[in-house]
Amino acid sequence: MDAQATQADAGRRRDAQTAPSVAFEPTIVAFVCNWCTYTAADLAGTSRMIQKPNLRLVRMMCTGMVDPKYVIKALLSGADAVLISGCHPGDCHYINGNYKARRRVKLLKEILPQFGVDTRRVRLTWVGASEGNEFAATVNSLVEEIRELGPIETRGLKAL
Amino acid sequence: MSNRIGVYICHCGTNIAKKVDCAAVARFAGGLRDVVVARDYQFMCSDPGQDLIINDIRNLGLSRVVVASCSPRLHEKTFQKALARAGLNPYLLQHTCIREHCSWVTEDPGEATAKARMLVAAAVDRVDRHGELFSREVDVLPDVMVVGAGIAGIQAALDIAKSGHRVHLVEKGPSIGGHMAQFDKTFPTLDCAACISTPKMVAVAQEPNIHLMTCAEVVEVSGFVGNYQARVRLNPRYVDTEKCTGCGTCLEKCPTKVSSEFEEGLGTRKAIYRNSPQAVPNTPVIDPLHCKKITKNKCGACEKFCPTGAIDYHQVERFVDLEVGSIVLATGYDTLDPTPLTEYGFGRYPEVYTALQFERLNNATGPTQGRIVMKDGRSPESVAVIHCVGSRDKNYHEYCSRTCCMYALKYDHLLKDKVGHHVRVTNFYIDMRCFGKGYEEFYERVQQEGVTFIRGRPAEVTDRAIRPEEEGKLVVVAEDTLSGLPVRVPVDMVILCTAMEARQGASEVARVFGVAQGQDGFFLEEHPKLGPVSTATDGVFLAGTCQGPKDIPDAVAHASGGAAQALALAARGRVAISPTTSWINPEICVGCRVCVGLCAYSAIEFDERRKVAVVNEAMCKGCGSCAGYCPSGAAQIKHFNEPQVFAELEGLLMDLERPGAVRVPVEDGDQGPLPDEHPARESVTN
Ligand SMILES: Cc1cc2nc3c(=O)[nH]c(=O)nc-3n(C[C@H](O)[C@H](O)[C@H](O)COP(=O)(O)OP(=O)(O)OC[C@H]3O[C@@H](n4cnc5c(N)ncnc54)[C@H](O)[C@@H]3O)c2cc1C
Ligand code: SF4
Ligand code: SF4
Ligand code: FES
Repeated sequence: MDAQATQADAGRRRDAQTAPSVAFEPTIVAFVCNWCTYTAADLAGTSRMIQKPNLRLVRMMCTGMVDPKYVIKALLSGADAVLISGCHPGDCHYINGNYKARRRVKLLKEILPQFGVDTRRVRLTWVGASEGNEFAATVNSLVEEIRELGPIETRGLKAL
Repeated sequence: MSNRIGVYICHCGTNIAKKVDCAAVARFAGGLRDVVVARDYQFMCSDPGQDLIINDIRNLGLSRVVVASCSPRLHEKTFQKALARAGLNPYLLQHTCIREHCSWVTEDPGEATAKARMLVAAAVDRVDRHGELFSREVDVLPDVMVVGAGIAGIQAALDIAKSGHRVHLVEKGPSIGGHMAQFDKTFPTLDCAACISTPKMVAVAQEPNIHLMTCAEVVEVSGFVGNYQARVRLNPRYVDTEKCTGCGTCLEKCPTKVSSEFEEGLGTRKAIYRNSPQAVPNTPVIDPLHCKKITKNKCGACEKFCPTGAIDYHQVERFVDLEVGSIVLATGYDTLDPTPLTEYGFGRYPEVYTALQFERLNNATGPTQGRIVMKDGRSPESVAVIHCVGSRDKNYHEYCSRTCCMYALKYDHLLKDKVGHHVRVTNFYIDMRCFGKGYEEFYERVQQEGVTFIRGRPAEVTDRAIRPEEEGKLVVVAEDTLSGLPVRVPVDMVILCTAMEARQGASEVARVFGVAQGQDGFFLEEHPKLGPVSTATDGVFLAGTCQGPKDIPDAVAHASGGAAQALALAARGRVAISPTTSWINPEICVGCRVCVGLCAYSAIEFDERRKVAVVNEAMCKGCGSCAGYCPSGAAQIKHFNEPQVFAELEGLLMDLERPGAVRVPVEDGDQGPLPDEHPARESVTN
């Protein structure tokens, strides 16, 4: 098990880089709000809804807290995509943090091309606390989509 | 001085260990910077598990702790408390989830272990940047507000009042009791609803600790746990409750008849009315939309005849401001309007009734004085009871309404009992769900009374006869799914067991009180199993069917739970307020004022003298709207600040940036038995 595990982490990335014939496995960072999407992710777990392992969660209190700098940092650190997900419009635990997130993501998407990053690599969704199924589906479809898209364009830019 | 970090990987029995190689993750963590001890253990949340942390903090001088186990929503508090017991500030913990987001949802053990490693690396990097934070304690106001006075709200109010705390009970309708006040008999005991609920309603009216407001609605809530300010609108009743003696003369004299909501449209009421003679309070109310005096300045009969001069056509709405420590929501449910299910002919055929209509038909104070008769006055010879109308149906509500099977059985029995044993009663059901105490026994009893049960959801109710015995009857067309045969059952009367659903306007109530609604529209509890009465908003609790369909026993139990939670707050009198608020660094703030407008809680003020924005910590909820925007980076949320998030990201993606760091120290073989563990697995990598 140990050996297998070792292989899996180091191997996954290496496969993608050295052997292009093997399917590329993206790494995705998700900033999710504590009250809705994080809870939905918990629910998806409790309900054993199998998900691709490519997504790594960062818990935020609200999507309104997600500074665009965090998204850029994740992308420049090698993440192939970033998901931001919170409560449905009108359901934000802090009244309207998600509307602010929506505005910021829109602006962010305008500047991403300047970094040479495809705007499809940043996705904003609303997944409510009771929507475990929706969360699992979002993860799996996003992984598929980014797999198609290939590794992030800035991968080679070591200087960043 | 660098930190001394302890990392604890929980097996959670086999919940995590079955997929994640916990020992390997611990070895990996042992190799991370500043980690002085990394252990894996079966149940970190158990006492010995927590002791492991506490002893290490004391013996190894740990300054930071990482626990990787279930979701922090479950046990973050547990481990924070463990830190505190060992004398370490609770905010020096980072709790990361390798169960719900990893072991439970990842198919391949290798992948699960790899993911767990990165989650742990993220937590280790993040915790390095944590700082001590101190929660503030604030006083809890002793009064409690209960919203909605159905049986659940009544129970909650009485429980709280009994403890000596004052309760403000806010009811939208003119009298209390909710749906239960419409019933005559209740399953499974068939005790008379009025006999068990009227004493409770009277107790509410007489309890000195209960401040009852009817025709009242909460329009605005502000503040936070322990210190809520609520504004209640008192809609005009047009009758002075102080002067009115409840004699009822006005009800006789009023010439205006209107269809009655309380009678579910089966009967009429006057423009001045009360729901029943036992209504609490029994002061009548004028319906301003129909009163001839108010609409046309004519009539005025009630004023003329009222012996105490209690009528006041010029009453206007008033507002009452309350200050309470906590709030119990008990706003109840609605039943589905079956009109859109045109196949059942509700509204088209006079003899198709909703269940609530049937409750009134059967009620001694109802439109027929409790005689179960058809519109033409004859008793029905045959009745069909259709279960699950709008429940367990993808087109309406996916959930089960939990009460319909049982009240359908109640109707079966009442029909046999009141109309006569000869009445043919046919139930159309999907499954019989008789799960409560005494329910299965009741089902047995009704079956023995000679009632027919057909398993199948009817396709339609029609008056088109194709056989002689169907002439002049309603025909229920269905498939008996047990025999696979089509059936046509001619009946005189059809009762639709319509779904219980979230109340109309629940979303507005949710907004005012800051609670969330589930997909089904009912208010969302904090945890489906372990937090069924609390909500994500501290100090706001749920009671009864506003949280989901329930029968009376469950609604009452739930309400007592909500009351206990509110009392727990009130009894302690103090509550800790999270210190994870925003802080604006005055050295960095450029005074652009963007954050001032962004804050939804008006928690940011602008200091004109220093030309910087300042956060009022008592009002800040820590949502981060200001920090997420602040162009200078001056606004930061404590515990979610930029260095912390950046560090978390660096750890989380460490396999991408620095693939070398992922190497597992394979030579590490000292897996000594717990808990006499060796101190550290001193850094093996870099
Ligand atoms: C047809 C039928 C038959 C049933 N028969 C039985 C039975 O025999 N036995 C049994 O155990 N259960 C039975 N039930 C279930 C029972 O009705 C419920 O369990 C119970 O009435 C729930 O009480 P509640 O207080 O939660 O809600 P409700 O009775 O709905 O009370 C809610 C109260 O809140 C008030 N309100 C709503 N919104 C606001 C607001 N915004 N501000 C202030 N006040 C507000 C309403 O006016 C109402 O008074 C039956 C249900 C149905 C549909
Ligand atoms: S947004 Fe930032 S810089 Fe602007 S006033 Fe607020 S804290 Fe100061
Ligand atoms: S964190 Fe939210 S509540 Fe606090 S000051 Fe900033 S915007 Fe206002
Ligand atoms: S709390 Fe979920 S988006 Fe604001």
